[in-house]
Amino acid sequence: MVDTLERTTAHEDDHGHGHEEHHGPGGLLNWLTTTDHKVIGMNYTVTSVVMLLIGGAFAMLIRAQLTVPDGAVVSLSKYNELFTMHGSVMIYLFAGPFAFGGLANYMVPIQIGAPDMAFPRLNAFSYWLYLTGSITMLLGFLTASGAANFGWVGYAPLSNAVNSPGAGADLWIGALILTGFSAIFTGVNLVATIFYLRAPGMTMFRMPIFTWNMLVTGILILLAFPVLTAGLVMLYADRHFGTHIYDANGGGSPVLWQHIFWFWGHPEVYILALPFFGMVTEIIPVFSRKPLFGYKGMVFATISIAALSTGVWAHHMFTTGVVLLPFFSFMTYLISIPTGMKFFNWIGSMWGGQVRYTAAMLFAIGFLLTFLIGGITGILLASPPLDFFTHDTYFVVAHFHSVVMALVLGAMAGIYYWYPKMTGRFLNERLGKLQFWMLFIGSMVFIMPGYVLGLQGMPRRMAVYIIDPTWQNLNIVSSIGGFMIGLSTLMFAVNVISTIKAPKTAGPNPWDAHTLEWFTTSPPPHHNFYSLPNIKSERPTWDYFHPDAPALIHDDHDPSHVPGGAKADAK
Amino acid sequence: MKAEARLLIFLGVFIGIMGIVYGIWSKEWGGTAMLIGTGILGVFPGLYYRWWSKRIGYRPEDRDATMEEGAGRIDTFPGSSIWPFTLGMGCWFLVLSLVFGTWFAVVGIPVVMFALAGGTAESRRGGDPAGH
Repeated sequence: MVDTLERTTAHEDDHGHGHEEHHGPGGLLNWLTTTDHKVIGMNYTVTSVVMLLIGGAFAMLIRAQLTVPDGAVVSLSKYNELFTMHGSVMIYLFAGPFAFGGLANYMVPIQIGAPDMAFPRLNAFSYWLYLTGSITMLLGFLTASGAANFGWVGYAPLSNAVNSPGAGADLWIGALILTGFSAIFTGVNLVATIFYLRAPGMTMFRMPIFTWNMLVTGILILLAFPVLTAGLVMLYADRHFGTHIYDANGGGSPVLWQHIFWFWGHPEVYILALPFFGMVTEIIPVFSRKPLFGYKGMVFATISIAALSTGVWAHHMFTTGVVLLPFFSFMTYLISIPTGMKFFNWIGSMWGGQVRYTAAMLFAIGFLLTFLIGGITGILLASPPLDFFTHDTYFVVAHFHSVVMALVLGAMAGIYYWYPKMTGRFLNERLGKLQFWMLFIGSMVFIMPGYVLGLQGMPRRMAVYIIDPTWQNLNIVSSIGGFMIGLSTLMFAVNVISTIKAPKTAGPNPWDAHTLEWFTTSPPPHHNFYSLPNIKSERPTWDYFHPDAPALIHDDHDPSHVPGGAKADAK
Repeated sequence: MKAEARLLIFLGVFIGIMGIVYGIWSKEWGGTAMLIGTGILGVFPGLYYRWWSKRIGYRPEDRDATMEEGAGRIDTFPGSSIWPFTLGMGCWFLVLSLVFGTWFAVVGIPVVMFALAGGTAESRRGGDPAGH
């Protein structure tokens, strides 16, 4: 017996069409009016990759400026705008939206067997807020006073109306309010979709780890982003309505801004990281031809990272001198335990498997290595004595660039893995592997000199530095690494453009993968599925295509969970 | 529904306890307020889900179930709609009015109201379960 069943998906749209024959408007009007999570997910992905290119172009200018101690590539004030906008574009407009707006929007409903997100119109609305927010932030460059120039953290009192006058700063605040609401709506959508639209049999502990991570990310968005938005509204009030919330002269507290900002900012680090953890957790077992090692451990690690991430914010503020050092130091150390557990499980998933070194798998392994460096240096920085010594130096810059370069590697892993699903076409594997080595080696060459420079005391956010041959040589090496990363991005662009007209040869399940998105066609039809397999484990697609493989057992109360259960079921 | 409720309650209680410990230890009120508020944000919907889980028991997606058990109408999904875009543009103009002057709001507020009314009217038509 074939256990594929037509799940009667009687979800008719406004115009009364069934899901098989969807005739929406075409062309531009389709793009403007769509509520299909796949189209919105693609819009998010493409927009955020464009933002990656823009933020990357800023980075190239910054690295060019720093190749000589008294660089004159850009003016000093333009340099301030560049590093501010580089950070802002990458954090607010690329990393988050790419993960929770792009790939999650596309994949989460399909992974749980849902026809769409729970609130399709809210989903479309959040894309429009994201797009307009991105444009608003970049508009700063077109104003007479230039873009925001107080760093991506916008610390008070530098960000007040006296120290940062002009429209650029206000545009930055407005952009973050727009993208903040966009993130909140996406968070609501993700949580509601995962809670209410799972297919029958898709229990919480059978969800793919990517979906689990996106659920936890959604919850983190809901608890973090409203704080930032509130903080920004108060910052705007300080700038324009004469309040003194962050103004020490009027009885306010500049440190309050830091508290509010980092209360958003540290969960945000995990909002950025968890989706990429999830992507890598999907990719490694598939290309090791093994089930995931430690599924429940992975879920609990994700939840405990979320729980702990709210209690570590002030480790960014050790040097303010008014925070509780032991509490935040201890909590930060604690968070390394679930992260370490994840590393253990990733390695356990590869251990003894038949590893296929495809481009996606290479990027995933590159993610592990790079993130490990970022994580370990993060633990160093959690120690207050070391943090006092290295605060605001290139050591910190190198630390978080290790983390975010790992996220870029993870993003590439996700793109190479899911591109066949999203388009029906393969990216060029050979060029992909070349891109991986360029990006991975480039990242290392770019990051490592930063650690040395930081320990020698080079401050961050400086357009010029003292004339010292060691510092200059290290900066040149770092810039070479930066340009290698730029080159790898061009290789990626070439790869995408050269396959854009290729024939659709991928088929539904090119990687012999585990999760439900690989059960439907590539690209999936409107409302995602013609039929669904019965879900007996966290690997429904694998179970369906490999009825002879032993079933995975997780839920103790589940009667089908006996060895050979899936096999017996298939006959 | 039970696992969902547990997840939210666990996060809320954990963060709430952390907030209490932090508040007593540091006597810093900003962070304490944010932590306890976050804890409530977890517990509140968590208890709501728990209440529902007691009322509706195990849904097909909460237990071992075949596809037949979930057959039938899932929900009504809007096919395409211009209102999210319109509302987005209205909100954009409202934000730009914060920067460039009130005249942007003169455009933004009507667009937002128009979009909200249009979207609501559309929901009433499309969301009717007796329709189609």
